[in-house]
Amino acid sequence: MTESKTAGAPESKPASKSKYDYTNGPMPLEINLSWCKACNLCIALCPKQVFEPDRDGKPVQVRPDDCTQCTICWVHCPDFAITSNYK
Amino acid sequence: MATVTKQKSDVVLDYLRPGKKFPSVWCPGCGNGIVMGALIRAIDKLGWDRDNIAMVSGIGCSSRLPIYLDVHTLHSTHGRALPFATGIKFAKPGMKVIVVTGDGDALAIGGNHFIHACRRNIDITAILINNNIYGMTGGQGSPTTPAEKISTTTPFGNVEKQFDPCQLAIGAGASYVARTTVYHTPHMEKMLLAALEHKGFSLVEAVSNCHTYFGRLNRQGDAVAMLNLFKENSVMKGKASKMTDEELKGKWVLGTLHEHEATEFCDEYQKLVDAQMSKRG
Ligand SMILES: Cc1ncc(C[n+]2csc(CCOP(=O)(O)OP(=O)(O)O)c2C)c(N)n1
Ligand code: SF4
Ligand code: SF4
Ligand code: SF4
Repeated sequence: MTESKTAGAPESKPASKSKYDYTNGPMPLEINLSWCKACNLCIALCPKQVFEPDRDGKPVQVRPDDCTQCTICWVHCPDFAITSNYK
Repeated sequence: MATVTKQKSDVVLDYLRPGKKFPSVWCPGCGNGIVMGALIRAIDKLGWDRDNIAMVSGIGCSSRLPIYLDVHTLHSTHGRALPFATGIKFAKPGMKVIVVTGDGDALAIGGNHFIHACRRNIDITAILINNNIYGMTGGQGSPTTPAEKISTTTPFGNVEKQFDPCQLAIGAGASYVARTTVYHTPHMEKMLLAALEHKGFSLVEAVSNCHTYFGRLNRQGDAVAMLNLFKENSVMKGKASKMTDEELKGKWVLGTLHEHEATEFCDEYQKLVDAQMSKRG
């Protein structure tokens, strides 16, 4: 979330694995918590472990900088609760 | 951006029927929603006019899919989606007709309609969401419940053999037949796209998870575990052709399994009408 996004982040990140600028732009994804049923698919299938579940089991983007916009989470979300801010 | 093959992530939202209550009635993690997303993205890629699309279904969890879409929809009776769809296509041959059906809906009560739609090669795309069980009514065995598997009607293991929906469709005359799974979403989109573009009867079997019944009764775990099973036990057609029957046991062979060109039912009927009319002068 915001802490991990800004904590100690240098002005220009040298080895960002992503070509997306999440530091200056919005978070990688938009999550519609009122549609999310906490099925865990996005959390488990993300190859970059971007998410951790909140206490209801719904995804929180805790490692946004690792998101490569690979699309896996949102094409597997059975409830259309994830959209990308970049795609 | 050079991402032509990737769809915008909010395309799906654009096709949801206004006024419908979301989230859907499906259990958390049910594959029906994954199929719905892939289907919408495939339709969107084709750029079809929504007013020219009719989606038809019967009864079942999977058969609830069309009701969420902002196209013409007909939620019909159990097993009878294909006859209703045939009527629509026959009356309006210019319309794109898509059927969404379950393994019970298509192959048990609707089995007869299924083989005859294939035989006629009518230009309809059928998406058979195969979760190997009756989900809606609480987990009874279906014609695709594999041997030895548990359902509420086969509590000690199924003694019957299962239908392979794809082989059944090929044998009955369908001119495009493909299989995919809810784990393989980009592949699913590709198969759906090809099926929708195909002229004639096309079937896409989408192997899907009913973790609520099939998964629980057979100790296959939750939605995530079942999707991982689909990943581990699927083989693409090319690779499968080099494997023995023994090696392929219990595996899903994915890809376009069959495709042939054949005359289409509505076209042939129109030709007959035209010929008879011209004879009468
Ligand atoms: C004529 C008739 N017989 C039986 C039923 C009860 N029924 C409703 S859905 C269903 C089976 C659904 O199974 P499937 O088509 O595999 O769909 P799923 O729910 O698994 O997606 C049955 C037997 C019915 N609605 N109508
Ligand atoms: S787009 Fe890919 S990398 Fe980013 S959160 Fe989703 S699954 Fe993970
Ligand atoms: S896949 Fe969708 S419904 Fe499932 S936990 Fe993630 S956001 Fe929620
Ligand atoms: S009962 Fe099975 S098929 Fe029906 S919504 Fe639940 S998981 Fe999906």
